Amino acid sequence: MRPLPLLPLQLVLGGFLARILKRNPGLLDRLGDHRRARFGIRPVDLPFAFIVEAAPPRLSAVRELPPGLDAYVSASLANLLALVEGRVDGDALMFSRALTIEGDIEAVLALRNAIDDAQLDLAAELALLLGPLGEPARRSFELVRDSLAGSPQKAR
Amino acid sequence: MELICPAGTPAALRSAIDAGADAVYCGFNDETNARNFPGLNFSRDELRKGIAFAHSRGARILVAINTFPRASSVALWQRAVDDAVDAGADALIVADIGLMDYVARRHPGQRLHVSVQAAAADPDAIAFYVETFGARRVVLPRVLSVSEIAQITREVSCETEVFVFGGLCVMAEGRCSLSSYATGKSPNMQGVCSPASHVAYEETAQGTTSRLGGFTINRFAPQEAAGYPTLCKGRFSTEHGDGYIFEDPVSLDATTLLAGLRTAGVAALKIEGRQRGRAYIESVVRHFRRALDTMEDGSEADVGSLKPFTEGQASTVGAYRKTWR
Repeated sequence: MRPLPLLPLQLVLGGFLARILKRNPGLLDRLGDHRRARFGIRPVDLPFAFIVEAAPPRLSAVRELPPGLDAYVSASLANLLALVEGRVDGDALMFSRALTIEGDIEAVLALRNAIDDAQLDLAAELALLLGPLGEPARRSFELVRDSLAGSPQKAR
Repeated sequence: MELICPAGTPAALRSAIDAGADAVYCGFNDETNARNFPGLNFSRDELRKGIAFAHSRGARILVAINTFPRASSVALWQRAVDDAVDAGADALIVADIGLMDYVARRHPGQRLHVSVQAAAADPDAIAFYVETFGARRVVLPRVLSVSEIAQITREVSCETEVFVFGGLCVMAEGRCSLSSYATGKSPNMQGVCSPASHVAYEETAQGTTSRLGGFTINRFAPQEAAGYPTLCKGRFSTEHGDGYIFEDPVSLDATTLLAGLRTAGVAALKIEGRQRGRAYIESVVRHFRRALDTMEDGSEADVGSLKPFTEGQASTVGAYRKTWR
């Protein structure tokens, strides 16, 4: 099977990130000194990963995360989405070993706390981004999200 | 009994109140509170809005200004007191004697609670805070049995508040220097126990190694449940073997002891965890709200449902059912 082309994904998600940051300025405030940190996000069940920067907003999709990023966060896609939406507790995921972090732990904590306070609803954000296609996109996203392993892992 | 719930962000504050908190405790985003972690806590404006929200829902806000001021920068702590009073805080939670004196003199009408960081664990110590500064409530350290709590509560003339869930500190609170020794930053004066800036995790085939200030404090096998990277929960190798010397990675859960705490005369139950996310706040607060309600109607409390949120995926009733001396 041929690997998925990453550029279209990168363009869509990059626009998504920029929109979220614009609509939630408090997120950057809570990131504080870590707003320029480069985070490597690796969904362990996908064949690619992301490099995320908040200021300026930038998102790259890559096959492998390079060394030298400020911090690395790994978890299943379901848990990463749940974490972004505040549906699971980051410490609980750490305790159950469903989440691993390396690098600048202070930057990761700032990011986690900033996101948790922002109360993001990814499906709603996606719907807003895609205009007339928003509603079908929202429903598709919710279907995919809810079908991922049934639900996010809260404990083993 | 009142249910006192944590909030590290405005969103968590709203979640706690929605889930049934009678009161929420929180702090400013600086060294004046004992959860001074990155991305956490409240600006002055956020506190003001949080208090307005809480009051509109019939809940109260308790502001923790519970670290110990450094001699060179007392003004930072005094300003925090003034701003919290000005914002309409329902009570201040304070540990330092000098700061309690400031509250009592400058804001004599302000309700004052003695923080757990003051480690006031006997009637004489508590009486001093009540008689000298007019303290209305003391948060008892997590080293007392239920019968000891009952005895103290009978003897003191203020309310008592105890922890029922979350991180379990077995040290003399406000005096512990383990983290300071390893990192040079103080939990007691800067509000950072195991500061994230000094924490490192390393993933290897053997599992996850956690370090604090360069000290290796634990290594968790790949499937082994983990805990916080604090020295008190470090696993050490000694001539007697490997093991936890001070404390296992485990969380307090006193769900089964609520009736006993009520009989002991406790006025308020506190949930630890201002550093935790909304999902924790919502689930734990809802659990204890339900447990208190079911206690009233005589039905059984739901025990064990909070396991996913516990350190090491394990819980204990800690010193509440003390079998050692």
